[in-house]
Amino acid sequence: MTIPREHYLQAVFPTPFHARTSAANTLNAWHRWRDYTVADAYFDVGLEYTALRNACTVFDLSPMTKHLITGPDALAYMNRLVTRDVAKLKPGRVGYTVWCDDAGQVVDDGTIFHLRDHVYRLCSQERQLDWLHGSAPGFDVSIQEETHDVAALALQGPTSCAVLKRLGLAGIETLTPFGIRGYAFEGGELTVSRTGFTGDLGYELWIDPELAVALWDRLFDVGQQVGLKPMGTFALEMSRIEAGFIQAGVDFLPADRAIRAERTRSPFELDLAWLVDFAKGPFTGRRALLAEKARGSRHRLVRLDVEGNKPAKDAFIYDRRRKNVGVVTSALWSPAAKSNIALASVEMPHGAPGDELWAEIYYQKELKWSRLMARCTVVEGPFYSPARRRAVPAADC
Amino acid sequence: MTRYDVIVIGAGHNGLTTAAFLAKSGLKALVLERKPWIGGAAVSRELHPGWIYSNCSYVCSLLRPEIYRGLDLARHGLQVAPYGGGVTFTRDGDYIGGYPDKDVRRREYARHNERDADAYLRYSRDTMRQCRFIRSLLMRTPPDPASLRLRDLRELAHLGREFVKLGPTTMGDTIRFYSMSIADYLNEYFESDLVKAHHAGSGIIGTALGVHSPGTAYVLLHHYMGDVDGQVGSWGFARGGMGAVSNALAGALRAAGGEIRADAPVARILARDGRVNGVVLQNGDELYSDIVISSLDPKRTFLKLLDAGDLDADVVRKAREFRIRGSSGKLNIALDGLPSFPALGAGHPLVAGDMHFLDTLERFERAYDDWKAGTWSKDPYLDLLIPSLTDPTMTPPGKHYMSVFVQYVPRELAGRDWTDADRTAFRETVFDQIARYSPDFRSLVLHAEVRTPQELENEVGLTEGNIFQGELTFDQLFFNRPFPGYAQYRGPLRGMYLCGSATHPGGGVMAAPGANAAREVLRDLRRPAIVPQGWSDD
Ligand SMILES: Cc1cc2nc3c(=O)[nH]c(=O)nc-3n(C[C@H](O)[C@H](O)[C@H](O)COP(=O)(O)OP(=O)(O)OC[C@H]3O[C@@H](n4cnc5c(N)ncnc54)[C@H](O)[C@@H]3O)c2cc1C
Repeated sequence: MTIPREHYLQAVFPTPFHARTSAANTLNAWHRWRDYTVADAYFDVGLEYTALRNACTVFDLSPMTKHLITGPDALAYMNRLVTRDVAKLKPGRVGYTVWCDDAGQVVDDGTIFHLRDHVYRLCSQERQLDWLHGSAPGFDVSIQEETHDVAALALQGPTSCAVLKRLGLAGIETLTPFGIRGYAFEGGELTVSRTGFTGDLGYELWIDPELAVALWDRLFDVGQQVGLKPMGTFALEMSRIEAGFIQAGVDFLPADRAIRAERTRSPFELDLAWLVDFAKGPFTGRRALLAEKARGSRHRLVRLDVEGNKPAKDAFIYDRRRKNVGVVTSALWSPAAKSNIALASVEMPHGAPGDELWAEIYYQKELKWSRLMARCTVVEGPFYSPARRRAVPAADC
Repeated sequence: MTRYDVIVIGAGHNGLTTAAFLAKSGLKALVLERKPWIGGAAVSRELHPGWIYSNCSYVCSLLRPEIYRGLDLARHGLQVAPYGGGVTFTRDGDYIGGYPDKDVRRREYARHNERDADAYLRYSRDTMRQCRFIRSLLMRTPPDPASLRLRDLRELAHLGREFVKLGPTTMGDTIRFYSMSIADYLNEYFESDLVKAHHAGSGIIGTALGVHSPGTAYVLLHHYMGDVDGQVGSWGFARGGMGAVSNALAGALRAAGGEIRADAPVARILARDGRVNGVVLQNGDELYSDIVISSLDPKRTFLKLLDAGDLDADVVRKAREFRIRGSSGKLNIALDGLPSFPALGAGHPLVAGDMHFLDTLERFERAYDDWKAGTWSKDPYLDLLIPSLTDPTMTPPGKHYMSVFVQYVPRELAGRDWTDADRTAFRETVFDQIARYSPDFRSLVLHAEVRTPQELENEVGLTEGNIFQGELTFDQLFFNRPFPGYAQYRGPLRGMYLCGSATHPGGGVMAAPGANAAREVLRDLRRPAIVPQGWSDD
């Protein structure tokens, strides 16, 4: 992309869907996601969330940072970069992963799309070009940021497969979770992956920005009858906490942005040990992670079921002796799980299943603030994970 | 005959700060200033009718917020208005803009080098790591590493703790950082020579070293470690020019009952039996006090104001060897209107930022070569601002004031003093550099004040014209500033103290040296510690 000198005249860009998202945004509520503005909400956060869990929604994820990694050494490069064994990721498959710095601290998390042989797309929360290039010497790869070249929509919810069927995507119901498939769309290509950030049945649709508005229009043409609605970031945030997904800058600090030491986390400390494959050979951070494994970690990410119904946002976590041992990083009352849930970072050895923890919650009713100590139960796995999320063939509703 | 509890020599911002805190503590304080005006290098003067110049320092960020608040400077009229960003012009008609908005800045860097755009985040992170470390030391007295006194051991322990807090990676980086050149530091992040050049100026401003000289990376911190209202690294204008800082400090001093006597150059510090007992002015007046605090650099203080016979030999030698070379000049220009910068185009926001004209490190090094050869840079580095775009009090409406900091400029031209002809030729070199990027600039000039290191030495009282009262290299920092054994603001005579930029944490309109010195005086007098401690960044 060539950038004109006068780019400063528009500090923040509309996404490729802006013509439609702005028309749909009856609240005119926006925030900034890196280079773009995206909707907080379109008509009502609660109703958008309900549409997601009950029918389906589209979320404009175009601003997500995307990189294209190609070349003869692409696989070797990816394997050196991330903690997972990328050799196991066949073409047409997606894998969630993290990558670490030399000290084994998580730089970022994201998804690897193995698009074709020697061609990977890496989606990340943070800007990664400097880190990706810094990891490249010695590998015959080409790395390009393609954030602006690919428009993307997340179509999520129980009727999402039905929408894609109505769109004419033959056989889409047989696409397995984390699978990728390409379809012709209005003279271009629509890439569909069965992925998402909501923990529900859902897809992500990747397309040339030129075709973005056409895609949006076609989706709503066929989707309205099965309840398709646009969804903003606030409702997405609810669903990703229910799904137990972590977010860079919220649940952990990207290691390459940290000014203060000790603020970063290793994959083990983020409950992501399953992503670390020591058997695959060398990767950045391996030595440090082996040492951590032998020595033990300093922190642990826990999923908490908090007693009562007051969301434990930003709450300090205490042990049974009322010693501060951690802090809540994300929390809400979960409409899907009908429980009061939280993600928290606690000091080891706290947070083992069955451990007694307490959250100090401040909440207000009609401007009167109250403080509450709520007992927390450590739970394993996501708070909400419906069977339809994994079912193949995917159901219509 | 009048007696004072304390006499401070020099009404620069540090002298005023020291005196203000001491007066606030209830001491009878007097500040003696050589010039008819106060402020030293933080001064505003009207040298062309209707135009206020920030004659020396021109932008504000380092001024410690603890002091701003502790001396109630807002109530005494000080207002700092942040300005956004900066720009480096290229010779081929383009530029790189350091926009205040981080995404716009990133896109701008990507316009020149996509990778550098992201590398800037790493650069900022690492620079901020260094800032955080040094910021924790600004409002503290350096420990004496050779002492076994409890307090020095405590301070050393504090230093050790802050250092360990950096974590293993940054600890190693810190040692390297303090000894690196700015060019090597930038090479670790950026590919584009233009991006490097855009950041290199901060490593050499006020420093008689080139971008490839070891030690220049640290100088960067004196441009990043300040903040405006918590925005670390951001800069602003003191409303009414930098004299507003000094005037507010003077206001605080007077409100606390302190006294300033201008036009009162001190000729000597009076000492007897190893302790000071006052000063004698150039007009012969003697003023008495058991405490005399000098805000001048150590060469002036030790070699001019004191008798060698009153001092031990080694102190005199150290003062002689203190490195304080002049390397900068300044032009203050009254303009009939706003000059255009065609590369930017009309209405560009960065016209209100700092502007620079060296687009490669090579040009920086050539500029330094000229200085070494005993002349001013023929292709000089300029830090050019138009404060009147932000501060409406500086000029009549529609008119403008341009502040041009120039590097490198030697104190002597191949061993001789500057002449008027030299000054004119120097001015023309700078005008040419500006006119290359602003064709209508010359036609708008109404008046220009030219300040070479010679004026900075003779008029402002900065030895050799060094803007920081002594170079900011590692050998002259922290417990070695100004030199080992004298870094705790106490002089070699009882009752004698130092409080200027030649003491920790060094130059810039920071007021921390002045505040720290006041804290030490109060400590020796066993008076309540009213000088604020530093605020934590954590
Ligand atoms: C051209 C220039 C540009 C600068 N730009 C900036 C900038 O933009 N931002 C920034 O933060 N810093 C800047 N600086 C640095 C900063 O201005 C100085 O480090 C700081 O002002 C020094 O303050 P001080 O109180 O320590 O000493 P000084 O300001 O030097 O004060 C010493 C005072 O002592 C007086 N004096 C000297 N001899 C005697 C005597 N015998 N008797 C009585 N009085 C005496 C002097 O007249 C003077 O008033 C700049 C400096 C210069 C010269």
